[in-house]
Amino acid sequence: MNFFRFILQNRSQVLELTAEHLWLVGLSTLFATLIGIPLGIVIVHWPRLNKPVLAGANIIQTVPSLALFGFLLPVPWLGDRADRLAILALTLYALLPIIRNTYTGIRGVDPAVLEAGRGMGLTESQLLLRVELPLAVSVILSGVRTAVVISVGLATIAAAIGAGGLGEFIFRGLAMVDNRVILAGAVPAALLALLADVGVGWLERRLQPR
Amino acid sequence: MQSTRAAPVIEFRDVSYQVAETHVLLNLTLQVQSGEILALLGRSGSGKTTTLKLVNRLVSPTSGEVLVNGVPNLNTDITRLRRSVGYVIQEVGLFPHFTVARNIGLVPNIEGWPEPRIRARVEELLQMVGLAPELASRYPHQLSGGQRQRVGVARALAADPQILLMDEPFGALDPLTRDELQREFLSLQRKLRKTVVFVTHDLREAMRLGSRIALMEAGKLVTILSPDEFLRSSDPWAAAYVKAFGDRLESIATEGKS
Repeated sequence: MNFFRFILQNRSQVLELTAEHLWLVGLSTLFATLIGIPLGIVIVHWPRLNKPVLAGANIIQTVPSLALFGFLLPVPWLGDRADRLAILALTLYALLPIIRNTYTGIRGVDPAVLEAGRGMGLTESQLLLRVELPLAVSVILSGVRTAVVISVGLATIAAAIGAGGLGEFIFRGLAMVDNRVILAGAVPAALLALLADVGVGWLERRLQPR
Repeated sequence: MQSTRAAPVIEFRDVSYQVAETHVLLNLTLQVQSGEILALLGRSGSGKTTTLKLVNRLVSPTSGEVLVNGVPNLNTDITRLRRSVGYVIQEVGLFPHFTVARNIGLVPNIEGWPEPRIRARVEELLQMVGLAPELASRYPHQLSGGQRQRVGVARALAADPQILLMDEPFGALDPLTRDELQREFLSLQRKLRKTVVFVTHDLREAMRLGSRIALMEAGKLVTILSPDEFLRSSDPWAAAYVKAFGDRLESIATEGKS
């Protein structure tokens, strides 16, 4: 009960940090999608780039998040504002599932459908926009979904470099050895992750081809 | 049989196609006349599908040239070329996220036909291939195999191409449906008079549908014969086919030819 009272008493701050959290996650997911989907398309059509791109995205994933935030801190323009830096780091982390699912989704399109399409005289771009992407959309979105859920969790660590978000409560709670404060950050973050998961999942089903 | 003096619709001039060191096709010279059905007969790997794909440039020759209406097809814009050639494959390859109507109307749609004209054309084609108009709003997964291939044929005919390329279109169907589609295809062809190149490994199908049968083996054209000539041919490959498919071939050869 203490926890709920704490949240109620600090509701304006909880809301503010939640909004910051959403800002970090939303913007980074947007950037990752805008970069990841085209990259996924590129590596389908230029298989030679497939390995280096996926390896690159994989390596980024293996860097511990705290270390990545730290590495980026001294970078000139980026280091000026912690949220910029956090958004860049989160974008980098979100790339892998989006690139990989775009690639997998498009590669999963029935080759007979593509051959028929080519044989009918669809250009490569018509094939991409009318056939490949619509058929791959649910696989691509499930990559976005994974990315969002990961980002919500990772964004809590951004508080360590002063980027704000619900991580503030977690770090403050840790310093104060006060579980109520930790939970005030952790519970809304978990709810955000669930909500994002359900939301993108819904979108995924809506856009699913028959 | 057409006069061989008429300009061929499709002509292969000494065409070879090579992948790495392997000759998929070797020095193929072949003419297809207007309105005929040329059956490319051969076993898997004989080069018959490659021959078909050379016409609409899904494959480009290593040497030699393919002429369509007297023009080397490498000189024609690839999109124009493909849209003027209907293409039907065994797996059908219908777009699973489009209705039957959108599948059939896709090329007209891309070509910018007005909506009412597309709708009328789809209706006309459905009737032509023997499908009920209600099927227009269905999705491919809601159709039977035979219905799907009918849609495949309708889609290939949508922009009224002069040439139709068919790669074992009835190969995956059960015998009754196949028989039905073969019969209907022949009667459709009597009306439409397309120039058809038809790939099959089934001698019965080749005899039944083909005006001429081009027998291929290991990337080479063995011989081109009419169904009747094929039956009596002393060519060892042709004879082997006749032997493998057994008797009652004579009745097929004479059935339903115009």
